[in-house]
Amino acid sequence: MEFGEIVSVLLQGAIVTIKIVAMALPLAAFMAFTFGLVRLYAPAPFKQLSILYIEFFRGTSALIQLYWIYFVLPFFGLSIDAMTAGVIALGLNIGAYGTEVVRGAIQAVPKGQYEASVALNFTSSQRLLRIILPQALVNMIPPFGNLAIELVKATSLVSLITIADLTFKAKSLADMTLQVGEIFVVVLVLYFAMAQCLSLFFRYLEKRLSRGLGRGGMN
Amino acid sequence: MSQPIIEFKNVQKRFGDTTIFDDFSFKVEENEIVSIIGPSGSGKSTLLRILMTLEGIDGGYINVAGESLWHMLWNDRYVPASNKHLHKMREQLGMVFQHFNLFPHMTVKRNITEAPMRVKGLSRQDAEESAEALLELVGLADKAESYPNDLSGGQKQRVGIARALAMRPAILLLDEITSALDPELVDEVLDVIRNLAKEQSFTMLLVTHEMYFAREISDRVCFFDKGKIVEEGVPEDIFSAPREERTQAFLNAYLGQ
Repeated sequence: MEFGEIVSVLLQGAIVTIKIVAMALPLAAFMAFTFGLVRLYAPAPFKQLSILYIEFFRGTSALIQLYWIYFVLPFFGLSIDAMTAGVIALGLNIGAYGTEVVRGAIQAVPKGQYEASVALNFTSSQRLLRIILPQALVNMIPPFGNLAIELVKATSLVSLITIADLTFKAKSLADMTLQVGEIFVVVLVLYFAMAQCLSLFFRYLEKRLSRGLGRGGMN
Repeated sequence: MSQPIIEFKNVQKRFGDTTIFDDFSFKVEENEIVSIIGPSGSGKSTLLRILMTLEGIDGGYINVAGESLWHMLWNDRYVPASNKHLHKMREQLGMVFQHFNLFPHMTVKRNITEAPMRVKGLSRQDAEESAEALLELVGLADKAESYPNDLSGGQKQRVGIARALAMRPAILLLDEITSALDPELVDEVLDVIRNLAKEQSFTMLLVTHEMYFAREISDRVCFFDKGKIVEEGVPEDIFSAPREERTQAFLNAYLGQ
């Protein structure tokens, strides 16, 4: 097979991978913020629920989680298509790690910031949204960047539940053509390019958000 | 005599096994300037933090401007204050912190306008006009668009004072506001407070280690030790002729007399 053809087939796979990332990333962010805030501020039973979620998804293999959602849940009458299963499994998995990022970043905002916002009589939601979160967000960006890249790489697992993502296309092309070298060089480059794009994006975000926060020390 | 603006009645405060206040009573009159001096760990800052509702109490009552701070009347009984009650009570109070606690993600101007706009509902124009006047007052009119991290410690603290004043509190709490500053920056901050004190238009309660400043500015000085007021009086009496041995020892250590 010609090199151009290989690239175009693999690009189709890459588009599927990007789609999965584009859907799983918002889900992961949603889970991370929801359960991160619940873990910090909600009443005890909800905190327990949050801890259960985090520990379960961090403590078991992402592949097994994917299999459960795709292959096992149908036995309980819950059938979902492969794409949705992939997005849910990856979103929940990365979201569990993100939960701890959100919690850690909020806790890293100096206590004096909270005290000043009480002294100025902000309501509790104003304290969180206007004072604490804007500062915590800056702390979150670098670890979130890491997680986003983890997510890109973890998408290759969905090839095992019949989704024609980049890895799936690469394997089937390799089986068909035996041009293993060319194929996997292109695959490597494509994954790397996706990760780089995310990396650059998060670095840009960090720069944008940290205006004024640049130098450390007391404020 | 009119009703005191701040009154502690038999207040108890503990941190775990450590008792800070045990049956502590204390009064401040309206427009009075009271300095609290004493060794660290004597409960000076805790007193201010309780008033600012940053710390609760374990017993007793506190009145601020004629209303109970940590309790409210509910069906003719006093019950612990709700968030709403605390929110209302905090309108009377403003605080300047030892470590400034400015919001680093906001410009100086926004540090000062944010609470008046969001909490008091001032229009942007009114809030900004008031902020400019306050920055003028603390000598930082040219720093409105700077971020806190671009300021010196003394400048940060002057912004801290302007930010607290922007909420127009009846009572200003100053918690060791020069302790974190380099010595050469202390005076620029104290000058601002001196000017405020001249106006005598609000009540000030300050915890300080600046003895000369306390002497100059205060109507009354309280010497604190181990959660109790060991001695209090007009500055001349406390600084020139302290009666209590512990006050003498403390002042000797501080002033090297």
